[in-house]
Amino acid sequence: MTTVDAERQSRGLRRLSLRQPLLALIIAALLLPLVPLLAWAVSERWRYPALFPQKLSTRGLRIITDPRSQVLPGLLTSVVIGISVAVAATLIGLPAGRAIGVYRFRGRRLVQFLLLSPVIVPGLAVTLGIQVFFIRYGLAGTTLGVVLVQLLPTVPYAATVLGAAFANLDLDYERQARALGAGPMRTLLFVTIPLLRPALILTGLFCFLISWSEYILTLLVGTGQVQTLPLLLFAAIGSSDTTAAAALGVLVVLPPLILVALSGRLLRGQSGATIGLGRL
Amino acid sequence: MNANPLIDSVAASVGLTDITKRFGDTSAVTALSLQLAAGSFTALLGPSGCGKSTTLAMLAGLLSPDEGDITLDGTSMLRIAVEKRPVSLVFQKPLLFPHLDVAQNVGFGLRMRGFAARDITVKVQSMLERVQLGGLGARRVGELSGGQEQRVALARALILAPRLLLLDEPFSQLDAELRAEMRALVRTLHNETQTTTLFVTHDQIEAVEVADQIVLMLDGRLAGKGSPELFYQSPPTLQAARFFGVTNEICGSVCSGIFSTPFGFARPTAAADGDAVLVVRPEALRLSDCAAPDSLPGKIVAARFAGTYLALEMTTVAGLLVAHVAADTPAQIGGSVHVRVPVDASTVFRTDSA
Repeated sequence: MTTVDAERQSRGLRRLSLRQPLLALIIAALLLPLVPLLAWAVSERWRYPALFPQKLSTRGLRIITDPRSQVLPGLLTSVVIGISVAVAATLIGLPAGRAIGVYRFRGRRLVQFLLLSPVIVPGLAVTLGIQVFFIRYGLAGTTLGVVLVQLLPTVPYAATVLGAAFANLDLDYERQARALGAGPMRTLLFVTIPLLRPALILTGLFCFLISWSEYILTLLVGTGQVQTLPLLLFAAIGSSDTTAAAALGVLVVLPPLILVALSGRLLRGQSGATIGLGRL
Repeated sequence: MNANPLIDSVAASVGLTDITKRFGDTSAVTALSLQLAAGSFTALLGPSGCGKSTTLAMLAGLLSPDEGDITLDGTSMLRIAVEKRPVSLVFQKPLLFPHLDVAQNVGFGLRMRGFAARDITVKVQSMLERVQLGGLGARRVGELSGGQEQRVALARALILAPRLLLLDEPFSQLDAELRAEMRALVRTLHNETQTTTLFVTHDQIEAVEVADQIVLMLDGRLAGKGSPELFYQSPPTLQAARFFGVTNEICGSVCSGIFSTPFGFARPTAAADGDAVLVVRPEALRLSDCAAPDSLPGKIVAARFAGTYLALEMTTVAGLLVAHVAADTPAQIGGSVHVRVPVDASTVFRTDSA
């Protein structure tokens, strides 16, 4: 081994030895708060100054599965709304992202800013204004209405992420596809979308997660008739039933964690357009 | 009809009539008219930015001209969308679709045109063999070398049996040896298919080597057209002569069929009366020790060994002249020499009408 190699290796080791505790710290900071949540979810009684729950029970699980608690229908509603929002926001974000990422037009910066404004302006303010129209068109209290209102915070994200992906996409791939006999639709389906696959997966995931944890928009437009998990969770917290709140909390937290882990696997080894927000 | 059973299309003759393309205020292509015979192999030559790639994009349908018409066998192509034109285009970059393997890339066009999966497999197999990539069909495109990538791109274009094949500097990113190999492959494929081919390049050596006919474009305009030999022996325009490496220009004027200079040098010419310039290739100049009628006395000021020849710079009454002579020619810097310009190796161009 040459001295250069040895030096490089020792530097690598040093970086590794610094990196691992840091990684452990980050993971701990993210996951440790979930431990008491899990503990609460399975405990009957856990009072100060006991270090561990005094009595364990399956009441949390029973609350979740009890038809009267509306938790399982709520889970279904959340999943349906989440997937609808993810798909719709990604579909809308695709042309918007193309416009931002590819075309250099006057006022592009302004359009970008306007696209992001629903994220910057508090959703409550926007929704209070828009709610009138939801009521007028009979969308208040419907699942469709909730899906539509949740597009407000998700479409800007979708357009921004896909804009970055489009900025890194070599459009000559599309020209080549056209020259090989693919019409505009087929080019989109067979070339552009596969090339943007990692960015599209990520966009869908982001939008699903935003929708999954959305509370205030769902409450205002759903008028309490569309019961998603966050609504049930807030209700449980309000009722000071810690076990029920913790059990619901776990139910709200777990699917995103699983999704993120899965997507990491899905995105590994992807070629094609990379996702870099740096170019926007 | 073509005798080759592999080919189910007939090569088209191509016509460009007064094509003009502007980008904003600048004109990329100006009043370009060009005819390509069916089955011909033409090199579209010019420096970067001369409008040759723009011309190719218009032929493919990726751009539409602002003025003029493009025809295939006399039928206008302007209203026909890119994907419907019987034209294939190979770019400078291989642009292989990374989500597809080699065989799927080659079969892409057939799939888009609705061919049955079984037919595609058969055609792809035979096409891959023709570009010497048989057996690599299942490879991921990321595992290919640069030359293999361009072979796949070529196969992907040719499998559609286009009536016009457009190649946009397809080998400029490959190293010299590989480039020569790919040129030979393109020639072989052309001999097999007789597809009308337009090969864009900025390299005149490549153009001469690969094509039967050269079209020179400068500043968006046609600057000469003819066989490779013509560009060397009697270049069609002064710019063409310059682009093909003519360094010797002797200024003078033409009067009733005679090109003459103030220092007595004269040549018969067919050029019209007026100010003119006589050009001669460096390798055509003949040197001798003694004066001959019509030879130009000069003095050697520099000699540079260039492998297969010796480049001599001489100051003469006609200005600085460069001659390429046999590498073993004895040459003394400062030595005097007599330069003779052979009649059949020089061309006279009018300069005041250009």
